Amino acid sequence: MYRYDEFDHAFVHQRVAQFRDQVARRLSGELSEDEFKPLRLMNGLYLQLHAYMLRVAIPYGTLSSRQMRCLAHIARRYDKGYGHITTRQNIQYNWIKLTEVPDLLADLAEVEMHAIQTSGNCIRNVTADHFAGAAADEIEDPRLWCEIIRQWSTLHPEFSFLPRKFKIAVSGAAKDRAALRVHDIGVQICRNDAGEIGFEVMVGGGQGRTPMIAKTIRKFLPKAELLSYLESILRVYNQLGRRDNMYKARIKILVHEMGADALAEMVEAEWRQVREGFVDLPEAEVARIERYFAPPPFDPAAGSDSGLDTARRADSEFDRWLEQNVDAHRQPGYAIATISLKSDGGVPGDIDAAQMEAVADLAERFSFDELRATHQQNLVLPHVRKGDLYELWQSLKAHGLAIANRGLISDIIACPGMDYCSLATARSIPVAQAISARFQDLARQKDIGDLRLNISGCINACGHHHVGHIGILGLEKKGVENYQITLGGRADGEAAIGAIVGPAFSAEDIVGAVETVVDTYLDLRETGEPFIDAYARLGREPFKERLYAAH
Amino acid sequence: MPLIKNGAIAEDAWQFPADDAPLPGQGPVAISLERWQREREVLQARRAPLGLLVKSDTQVEDFAADLAEFELIALDFPTFRDGRPYSAARLLRERHGYTGELRAVGDVSRDQFLFMHRCGFDAFQVSSGGALEGWLRAVSEISIWYQPTGDPRGALGTLRHRRAAAE
Ligand code: SF4
Repeated sequence: MYRYDEFDHAFVHQRVAQFRDQVARRLSGELSEDEFKPLRLMNGLYLQLHAYMLRVAIPYGTLSSRQMRCLAHIARRYDKGYGHITTRQNIQYNWIKLTEVPDLLADLAEVEMHAIQTSGNCIRNVTADHFAGAAADEIEDPRLWCEIIRQWSTLHPEFSFLPRKFKIAVSGAAKDRAALRVHDIGVQICRNDAGEIGFEVMVGGGQGRTPMIAKTIRKFLPKAELLSYLESILRVYNQLGRRDNMYKARIKILVHEMGADALAEMVEAEWRQVREGFVDLPEAEVARIERYFAPPPFDPAAGSDSGLDTARRADSEFDRWLEQNVDAHRQPGYAIATISLKSDGGVPGDIDAAQMEAVADLAERFSFDELRATHQQNLVLPHVRKGDLYELWQSLKAHGLAIANRGLISDIIACPGMDYCSLATARSIPVAQAISARFQDLARQKDIGDLRLNISGCINACGHHHVGHIGILGLEKKGVENYQITLGGRADGEAAIGAIVGPAFSAEDIVGAVETVVDTYLDLRETGEPFIDAYARLGREPFKERLYAAH
Repeated sequence: MPLIKNGAIAEDAWQFPADDAPLPGQGPVAISLERWQREREVLQARRAPLGLLVKSDTQVEDFAADLAEFELIALDFPTFRDGRPYSAARLLRERHGYTGELRAVGDVSRDQFLFMHRCGFDAFQVSSGGALEGWLRAVSEISIWYQPTGDPRGALGTLRHRRAAAE
């Protein structure tokens, strides 16, 4: 993974010192809260319901053991002993004191981490396929480009006061695991007819109160021109994006209002000029960064008999975990293991300091010191030797981390909701907990099969409810929480926004309503037909009928 | 409101008459784009330096052809949140080769200095006090930049390899 050189180190330390000064000016009263707000937001610091929340960047979701241990230290030293993996592959701490933030950031800087651009109207921390560099279906590792984008976008002087936040995701695989089409820019590594590798660029996706699927504005962009092209998109957006209404300020509205073709033309026109003067990254610099993402020293002999089949036959629980949480690796003899952070009745994405340390140890022992955070709020050990899987699983089990529910109904994405968030209109964590308790039985979950259930605590949609196969949106009416169900959303290559199925349900009824949706599916599905396919075939009506028949 | 130029408090020789106010008899004036378009001949006949005060929703292309007429371009920040003047500044410097004074006016405070400086501004009409000391600190808070702009301080990508080449 990428390692800082002395320049990166110096930069992050300067940024910490700069923020320390800003905090001091706030504490002395030189800056009002109004003046301080944009400054703290540029550093991922929010003022929530009960305390400050700090969002630490995990660039494109990649972490080393040393970094994970530092995150554990931060949980213990500055928070209540845990952290929360977010839907943008970052980690949030919910109980932070303003006076301690500069020291916390200094600790992070020691392990090459920061909180830069995890909030505010700027280019946010770039995300990627969490199986990058490991997936069997990968054309090329997207992390090189993520790192290049990270560096380019860091304190970009022109694009730090955009109309609104700006999210970029990159994937290098055939299957879209990075939800490219619900990002402001989605970058898909692809091959053109001549067999050259480049990028397909999609623009204008997003969730929030006006969810939209991104449109492709360039089918093939030569690799070397990524930054000048991105700079052109951002410049058009910075100049033309709406600034009169924050709900209409995202680039998706610009795309919607002017049309993707018109926007594409403007971007191309700008690009023709930008390209001429643009100082592209020197080839040697690209090569320097690329070296950090070279594959780890895999053992070529790992491909021979790993003893895995014997272990599977001997231990059915292990077998279930393997089937559910382990994916194919590009390297023979290796596999990708997902560590579910969706324990039965737990808070989706929460992980305590002891678990962080355990996972760090396991990454060191079994995965070439590498970890990933996923936008599904889980963790991944990307490079596990098949022969080590059984031992890994046993260790995970000892720490309560061998939950075999990845991709099942209890693998819920949920935002913090009313329990923490000052914008929430309803709670989302308790709903997630109640649903996971209701569908506790793993055999039943397995029978239901692949199902994405996502919950947001307000229309801002941080819990990605629009793209859940089943989406739940928490609302409030006359001081009472209620929950709207959407069906048929998806964030993959066939991205779609879920359709509202009907009137909202009360907090008491929402779990039962989800169960009705699931039962309807079970009754109507064809053999082997996953929920999302059954929904595509059946449409909303049969679900609607069953949900509202009793009322 | 102090004017900071080249790292020091500077005397401001410019006048900014309102659009409906009469032009001062002499001395440099900065006027709006509308007034420039309306009173071009009168303004040129004054034989005194001319400047343009540009609103943040104006596109640089709308006055780029006339750039040779101006010794000052003042880009207005109606609020610090409005980031359009950063793009305008870079376009003026990098695309249109404008070399005159490029001044930030409006909601301008020390925590934006670095970004502005990097985009090509060289003069700052600051809205808050204690400005000079803050400015001097602010522009040196960060010395490493990841992206190339028109600012002569080079970007890291080039820096790294200049160093590598020298070794
Ligand atoms: S969706 Fe709403 S409640 Fe949930 S985290 Fe986002 S803003 Fe807060």
